[in-house]
Amino acid sequence: MTLPLVAQFQYGLDAPICLTWELTYACNLSCVHCLSSSGRRDPRELTAAECRAVIDELERMQVFYVNIGGGEPTVRPDFWELVDYATAHHVGVKFSTNGVKVTPEIARRLAASDYVDVQISLDGATAEVNDAVRGPGSYATALGAMQNLAAAGFRGFKISVVVTRQNVIQLDEFKAIADRFGAQLRLTRLRPSGRGADVWDELHPTAGQQRQLYDWLVAHGEQVLTGDSFFHLAAFGEALPGLNLCGAGRVVCLIDPVGDVYACPFAIHDSFLAGNVRGPGGFAAVWRESELFAGLRRPQTGGACHSCSAYDSCRGGCMAAKFFTGLPLDGPDPECVKGHGQAALVTVAGAFRPRPFGNHSHRSRPVPVSIGRRPQDRACDESPLAGFRA
Amino acid sequence: MPAAGARAGSEPFNLDRPWQLHPQVSVRPERFGALLYHFGTRRLSFLKSPALLTVVRTLGAAPSARAACRSAGLTEAELPAYAAALATLAGSQMICARRPE
Repeated sequence: MTLPLVAQFQYGLDAPICLTWELTYACNLSCVHCLSSSGRRDPRELTAAECRAVIDELERMQVFYVNIGGGEPTVRPDFWELVDYATAHHVGVKFSTNGVKVTPEIARRLAASDYVDVQISLDGATAEVNDAVRGPGSYATALGAMQNLAAAGFRGFKISVVVTRQNVIQLDEFKAIADRFGAQLRLTRLRPSGRGADVWDELHPTAGQQRQLYDWLVAHGEQVLTGDSFFHLAAFGEALPGLNLCGAGRVVCLIDPVGDVYACPFAIHDSFLAGNVRGPGGFAAVWRESELFAGLRRPQTGGACHSCSAYDSCRGGCMAAKFFTGLPLDGPDPECVKGHGQAALVTVAGAFRPRPFGNHSHRSRPVPVSIGRRPQDRACDESPLAGFRA
Repeated sequence: MPAAGARAGSEPFNLDRPWQLHPQVSVRPERFGALLYHFGTRRLSFLKSPALLTVVRTLGAAPSARAACRSAGLTEAELPAYAAALATLAGSQMICARRPE
């Protein structure tokens, strides 16, 4: 009858299903792997009125929801007002926070809305592992926010974990924390994007850990969300729940705090910049007319991966992960489970790696400290398509 | 196949009772059919045929799902496949039973 759904999605939709919207580069933390190199607010950030105009446009395009992030979005003084504006205009909101503003009162307010979902970031099941990446005190802040949400009766909020070499052995412990608060665990892939480019070599899971992660995800099925970010692991065999494809510029995208539209949240670089919502025609014109997005929606060749038996499963992996590790976009993912990525990385070792675009890091941010213990030998929003069932 | 993209419900679908789109579900027509998003369960689903979209959109005003299918021009032979698709949608709460008038 028609093309399979995955093909429909690969060739793009007239409007995104959902998108990531980083509202500010300001953040109280300085996580070593921050995708957007956040810290300081950018003076050119969209005003509240401009944000409302974007929301009006998303409503007209029937974008179901936005994944709001940052920086730390809740430090914007107009944040709660914008959330209310979006939900009143039929644009659902999921927002990611480190929990700094989730007081008991705010938690009660969030629990009362059917159209707002909350994601608390946590990158270690213990303060030791978490705070080494996210900064001192961040574990306590996150757990406090979870406590407030649970006490307010907010069921099913998300605990969002970037899987690293150091925390991959804590998956059961993360699950236990989620269960304790009536929350849902969400695991996503560490990308070499933003400041993540500087720490990816030390933090990304080893080949053995990738396998353990895959087995754990298969065992826990749909109880655990992944933002569909581990589709490169599908090459191990059985596909993971969700939509196993890269939706960048096809069904998802990123709007950054100054209104720049990128193909995905992990690709803040000129090469993936499609336009700006302040331009003529606004966001819709960028989505529908950008040359970059048109290119992403054309059939991809698979390049060096095309002859690989796993290509139909992994689709060559994550574009951003390849780009920022200096690999060609039509070659293997750096974490290719067949080992082709590792081999390719050797060939580009020491060569030029593209640098993430823009840096809003705190000027005085501490130098990333070592993670504190030797990586154990046990075992790439975020596709905003999390939860999609193909 | 007019399959809907969610886990199949285990119960047989009752074509002869009134149904409706869940009030928290938003429907977006697409070239291939439609995308559905449930703001309560925060799940996305899809309709793989325009005829299924017509059925889903008219369910709420039709005396039964069977009547909605007939108005959408479906033949007797097509009904079982559509009943299965509707069962799937009911299983994921995209549509829900409506009290008879």
